[in-house]
Formats: sequence, structure tokens, C-alpha cells
Amino acid sequence: MDCFDKKQTCIEVRDLTMAYGDFMIQHDLNFTVNRGDIFIIMGGSGCGKSTLLRNMVGLQPPARGKVLYGGASFWESGPEEKKTIMRRFGVLYQSGALWSSMTLAENVALPLSEYTRLSQAEIAELVSLKLALVGLAGFEEFYPSEISGGMCKRAGIARAMALDPDILFFDEPSAGLDPISARRLDELIIELRDSLGTTVIVVTHELASIFAIGNNSVFLDAETRTMIGVGAPGELLKESRDPKIRRFLTRGEK
Amino acid sequence: MDIAFDRRADDTLVVHLGGNWNIANGLAATDELEKLLATKPLPAKVAFEAGKLGDWDSSLLAFLSKLAACCSSKSIEVVSRGLPTGVARLLELASAVPENKDARKERRRAPLLSRVGEAVLEAGQAIEEMLVFLGEACISFCKLIRGKARFRGSDLALLLQECGVQALPIVSLISLLVGLILAFVGAVQLRLFGAQIYVADLVGIAMAREMGAMMTAIVMAGRTGAAFAAQLGTMQVNEEIDALKTMGISPMDFLVLPRMLALVLMLPLLCLYANLMGIVGGGIVGVAMLDISPIHYFNETVAALRIMQFVPGLIKAVVFGILVALSGCLRGMQCKRSASAVGESATSAVVTAIVAIIVSDAILTVIFDRIGI
Repeated sequence: MDCFDKKQTCIEVRDLTMAYGDFMIQHDLNFTVNRGDIFIIMGGSGCGKSTLLRNMVGLQPPARGKVLYGGASFWESGPEEKKTIMRRFGVLYQSGALWSSMTLAENVALPLSEYTRLSQAEIAELVSLKLALVGLAGFEEFYPSEISGGMCKRAGIARAMALDPDILFFDEPSAGLDPISARRLDELIIELRDSLGTTVIVVTHELASIFAIGNNSVFLDAETRTMIGVGAPGELLKESRDPKIRRFLTRGEK
Repeated sequence: MDIAFDRRADDTLVVHLGGNWNIANGLAATDELEKLLATKPLPAKVAFEAGKLGDWDSSLLAFLSKLAACCSSKSIEVVSRGLPTGVARLLELASAVPENKDARKERRRAPLLSRVGEAVLEAGQAIEEMLVFLGEACISFCKLIRGKARFRGSDLALLLQECGVQALPIVSLISLLVGLILAFVGAVQLRLFGAQIYVADLVGIAMAREMGAMMTAIVMAGRTGAAFAAQLGTMQVNEEIDALKTMGISPMDFLVLPRMLALVLMLPLLCLYANLMGIVGGGIVGVAMLDISPIHYFNETVAALRIMQFVPGLIKAVVFGILVALSGCLRGMQCKRSASAVGESATSAVVTAIVAIIVSDAILTVIFDRIGI
């Protein structure tokens, strides 16, 4: 996947339509995520943000349309190519989705031992480094049930970063966190983008995060079931005439 | 992954980094560098030169953070100016939050005696928990009789269907085959005396008094007891049981009671059905292998099975129903909050139920023999 190394379009979504059976959720989505973007997928509850994410990370096939990773259409690729593309992702699920029967160290180590040929000692070293990066140094031997929700999320990020992915997906990263932890998480996301050049895609409806981290975004609307705005969140707030977007970005003020 | 060193005159050790660093190629060894850092006179500073550095990932970070740890233990200053900005920032981030030393857990193995002691205490606690659960179940049952227990009728109906009608296929198969096996074993022996016709008595009485109830109960322990434990365990994981408690609804009444009722009502019925299927199985062997006419076999079975022969089987079925439901619900309610705990509780529900079935069967058989039924 040489497309991942060049400074160019990273992900393109073309005419994407998502549906559960006959029930259409969103139709004709078109947007582009550039390398190094922090791209926000926003919209009200139940508009299909998380479903879009599931379509993009390969958990659920779209009804129509394409998701292109550096020009290669994900859903039209063979199983091996899909696997190569998927190796370049890391995904943080809404509640962390850490494997509850494993310690944090084992959680982060699993992708490393699956996909690399490092020795146990080397893996342990990398695991400690990843946990230190998310501020969890010393928590290697803890089980997910023994730590707080915010720590679970950070451990989830450490796991998502285990293989140094080019693209990180975050599903509602700040949901259920206190404002300070949420802010730290935002700073961590920006730090990762700046220092590693990771492309980040965030599904969220937290206004504070949207303005703090996003440099590009797409707005999904539940009524018309399609996207009604695309661009940097700050500019959308300044320039968009769409009353729905304005209401959303100003927390319902007139 | 190229590393080279040179020692400058001003006591600075310069580390030259070059090439591509990829975790797929393994991590760089720090032995040589550590040796250099240990040779006296110790360098005062470590600096970096990364002009020829290509692509890099965590392997470089791992190398550098190990190096930094080694330097800080010898109080050698690390000058990160020569590193690419991204690397320097990540290194800073990794050391920003100090390691939580209290959090490090000791994984020391306790001495044998204390482990034995803990196991005994745990066993005592398990017995206590079981008794408390039994007591609560009894209280719920009394509430039910007084008409004060709250659960949804539709839940009970669904449970009755789950552990009644839906169990029929597997119970049919198992008891038909048990009847067949009993008839085979009996036929071989009875033919020696020319008493083949007594196969009908043997199969009928064995099924009615013993095998019908026991085989049904074991099937239900594997099928329904495990399901109860997994359902309640998952509810425990999702905090659904906590939600019931905080609303003032007793999980005992709302979840455990309908499950017990369903099994206690359905197991005797399934047991009667199993008896019938077992007798049919015996009949197949009698007719096909021993040349007994179907009517003859039927008459012999009817003559052997007075109505009193069914009583022990039915009493056992009721007792087994209670035991299977209790062990399933007990293990489900004891479930901890993780995916593997749900699996463990389902396993232990089946084990507990089967042990309880066999032990209570032995006790009941002795009692029935003493009181002559």
C-alpha cells in the first residue's frame, strides 16, 4: 500500500449508501479524508455516524458505493488485500472493547504477537512504551474490570496503536468521560497526529472536541438521510447557512 | 536500522541513527550502547544525529526510551535536540505521566499452607453463599404463594416454552435410545431363561422409576441450566441486575422465580413423555429382535406398571427440576463482570446440577425403598 506513504488522499468515500435491510440510513455520501487530517463525522443521535464508521472499517458492507483507501476499493478487494488494508487501521470502540479476560499488557500484546515476529521480551518492551504513551505506565498487570472507564479508553488507544497504524478510527472517544479527561484525550489525539502523522477519523457529537481537534468534517442529517455539510468545523460554524448545522454547532441557540 | 557512536572531546556520546526502523525487523539491541555508557570515564551527555534517518515507528521509540532509562539511572543527560520533532515529542509524552509504582502488582506465589487455608475459607464462603441463595429462593417462593411476588407472566410463558416444548426433540431422542439400550441389555440376559417377555417389565419399570427422570434432568441441566446461568451472567455483566435492584424489584422474584417455576412444572411432564418414549424404544427391540407381538408387549407393560410405579419418578423429576433451576440461577447470579466469567458460570452450573442430581437420586432411592413405594 504505497498510497499510505505519500502526501495525498488517504480515504475517499464515493456515493456510499448504507441500509439495514430495506431501511435506508444514509445515502450518497461523498467525502475525502487527506493524510494527516483529524476528520470528524458528526450529526445528531441516530443519524448513522457509527454505522458509517462500521462501513469504513470493514465490519459491515455498504448497500451501494465505495470506500477507497489510497485508490483501492475496500469492499471490492479480495480477502488478502482487505487484510492488508485493515492492518493499517487501529480502531477505538465506544466502550474500549478491551478483552476482559486479559490484562492490559496482554490486550496490547495480542496484535503484536499476531502480526510481528518479535520475541516476548521485545513485545513486553513495546507494550510498556505504548501504555506509557497513553499515560498508563505501571498498569500492565491490571484487568480491564479493575480500572476506570477513562483508563479503559486510553488502554483501548494503546491497543489500537499497537501496530503503528496509518489511520486511527475513534468511535465517540469522549463519551462518558469527565471534561478534563476528555480534554486530555483530545490533546493525545492531536499529539499522535502531529508526531506520528497518523490520519485520525473521529465519530463524535461533543462540540468541544469537534472544534478543538477537527480540521475537516462531514455533517450527517437524520431527516434527509444524507450529508448536508462538509468542511472544517470552525468554517461551517461561520459560513454555513443550513439551520440544522447552525443549531447543532451552537447547541440549539438561535 | 543503523546505529553508530562516536565520543566527542567534550564528554558527549553522539549516537548516529540512520536507515529505516520498522517493528517487522525486530527491535534494536541496546547491549553495546549500555556497555559504552558504563565504561569510565562516563560521558556527561548523550546527543543524537539523525540526518540519515528514514522511516521510523515504535521500534525507534522503544530503543530510545530504553536508552533514556539507562541514562537516567546513571544521571547522564540526554539531549534530544538532534532527534526529529515527532520522536522527541513522543518521548516526552511517554515520560509525562510518571509510572504508577503502587499499581505494580506483585506476582509472588503464596506459600502452600496459606493457599490451602484460602481454599478452605473460599469453600466455606461458597457454602454460605449457596445457603443464602437457597433462603432467598424460599422467601421468594413464599411471596409467590401469598401472591406478592412480582414477575411478568409473559416471561414465564416464554420460559415454559423454552424448557418445555423446545426440549421435546432432544428428550425424545435420548429416551428412545435409553429404552433401546435397556431392552438390549435385558434381552441378552433374559433370553438365557426363555423369559424374553419380561423385557417389557424391565424397560417399563426402569424408565418409570429411574431412567426417565434422570436422563431428562441431565439433558435439561446441559440445555436449560447452562442457558439460565449464561443469561443471568450476561445480565450481571451489563448491570441489568443492578438496574432491577435499584428499582426495588427483587431479582430473586423477577428472574429466579419464573425460571424455577418453569422447570419445576415442565420437568415432570417431560419425564412422563420420556417414559413413554423409552417404552416405545424397548418395544422396538422387543418386536424386531425378540419376536414378541406388539399387543403382547403392550399388555405386559401395562400389567407391570401400576400407577404407583410412576410416583417415585415424578417426585424425583420435581426435585431435579428445582436443583437444575437453582444451580443455573445461583451460578448466574454469582457471575463476575467479564466474558470469561460468564463461560465459567455456565460450566459450573452444569457441573453443580449434575452432581446434585446424582447425589439426590441416590438419597431418594434409599428413602423410597425404606417407605416402600
